[in-house]
Amino acid sequence: MPPTADSRPRSDERVVAPLGRRACEVTDNRQTGGYRIFSALDAAGPEPRAGQFYMLAAAEHWGTRSGRPYLPRAFSVAEAEVTDGGVRLDFLVEDVGPGTERLASLRQGERLWVTGPLGRPFSHTSELNSEAAGAILVGGGIGLAPLAILRRQLADRGVAIRTLLGFRDQEHSGGVDELFGCCEVRMASEDGHVGHRGYVTELLAVLLEGDAARSAAVYACGPPAMLETVRALCLERDVDAELAMETPMACGFGACMGCAVPLADGGYMRLCRDGPVVNAAEIETALVRGSGH
Amino acid sequence: MDLAVQLAGLDLEHPVLNGSGTFDVIAARRAFGDALLAEFPFSMFVSKTITPEPRAGNPPPRLIETPAGMINSIGLPNKGLEGFLAADLPVLGELPVPLCVSVMGTSHGEFERLVEGVAGRDEVVALELNISCPNVESGLIVGEQAPETLSLLQALRPITQKPLIVKLTPNVADPASIARAAEEGGADAVSLINTLKATAIDTRTLGPWHGAGRGGLSGPAIHHVALEQVRAVAGAVSVPVIGMGGIESGADALSFLAAGAAAVAVGTANFRDPLAGSRIRAELETALAEAGVGSISDLPARTAPSTST
Repeated sequence: MPPTADSRPRSDERVVAPLGRRACEVTDNRQTGGYRIFSALDAAGPEPRAGQFYMLAAAEHWGTRSGRPYLPRAFSVAEAEVTDGGVRLDFLVEDVGPGTERLASLRQGERLWVTGPLGRPFSHTSELNSEAAGAILVGGGIGLAPLAILRRQLADRGVAIRTLLGFRDQEHSGGVDELFGCCEVRMASEDGHVGHRGYVTELLAVLLEGDAARSAAVYACGPPAMLETVRALCLERDVDAELAMETPMACGFGACMGCAVPLADGGYMRLCRDGPVVNAAEIETALVRGSGH
Repeated sequence: MDLAVQLAGLDLEHPVLNGSGTFDVIAARRAFGDALLAEFPFSMFVSKTITPEPRAGNPPPRLIETPAGMINSIGLPNKGLEGFLAADLPVLGELPVPLCVSVMGTSHGEFERLVEGVAGRDEVVALELNISCPNVESGLIVGEQAPETLSLLQALRPITQKPLIVKLTPNVADPASIARAAEEGGADAVSLINTLKATAIDTRTLGPWHGAGRGGLSGPAIHHVALEQVRAVAGAVSVPVIGMGGIESGADALSFLAAGAAAVAVGTANFRDPLAGSRIRAELETALAEAGVGSISDLPARTAPSTST
């Protein structure tokens, strides 16, 4: 069934968050290419669904210099593993502003305020497209993070997966070995340092050529321009697709109404409540002003 | 410690409310489940502002972080009066605390329709009048003009016996004069401050950051401006004052109570910590004890707010 303007994701099996924020201990923080992976042990938390996110803030030294950062930051979880002491949550961060700078500097033993898991997760492949032969994962830059946990959760259900990852250049790349080391990945880079020289969406366009399109279910996360290309490509070819998006967001639980994303049929959704995973057909555009910062 | 307060005839378990539009219990219940109801952070819930017709809200971006705060430009998205009464009010009626509904119209007629529609419902114990909007008949912002405020209250007061709480804007030279007009018109309480008008520039485009051009500043950045306005207003009226503006801690809340507020509201802090209200209430108890105040009713400024003009 082709997507229509009023399509909504087929499932909404969101995991409900424990009430309020909780302090979690940072257990690891290591470099991966131009990014860092940091981990926190969530003693109380449930195991999240792929696509869900957490609001994060360092418990100490958050906003002590020049009053920023003030608000917590929304982070899709990259991987979650149930361990003896709770759930280990992995996040991928690139230092681009006062919030990410502080999170990237977290040391083992520091405390992190965590609220979540929040929001709507990725749908199961069979719910996204009942005729799907498999899933295509498309990640751009640090947007590969939620696709890592998605890949594992889909593989656990026996879904056949093809993964396409793209990066701007070597400095703006990372996490592939750590998060996708297990599996075959096709790469693209704008500077040609790895894989296809060009955009990851060009790899997607090739995959979606011909009859393969109808049996595809696409999951994408990356910068707004990439997501918009994926959205347009999938709509044009009647391919079911879900996009994990981001916008400026103050609270993450529906209170501030700041994270407006325009809907295809008019009005706005609150990305924290009705996303961050959206059906490509339900939004007007993935190029939302203010996002991607 | 007994933190109970009386506010415009309402008995509240403690003095910590939420600011209108800073907590959506329906969305929060979806994120956190029914645990939210068992540990509800506020002693009265103030709804987001309802307008007569549905509103989609402003185009993005709607917010930006600032030093110690944020600038929002949300644009009052809501389902409109009919949608609110049908879809939201029954759910809000299940809350474990009293419900105050915030309304905003652009004419006396619109306000009258809203107050008539909301005040008759049993789930609603009080109404907040958001007057930071233009009256299309005069072209003036109601809350910036004492005569406009007085005449609006005179039009609405006969409609309901339920408490009318007037939400004051800080974007005036003399908020006390607006508060006095509200009181003269029959308001049961005033609440302040709303956000301070603010602008952020996108330095790449050199245009405004917000989709709607400008917004309102909130958070700790406005705390002491709010405190001064609450002090000035509490000294000018005899109706109770609900104080808000950058409250992040029990000590902040106590500052407002000491400045003359009968109750306080938590706004932007909710975004950082969904249970900020509960934490601030607990810290307030400690802060009162440390200040040597045995009971919240012993706060001198609270008991005689109108005597020091």
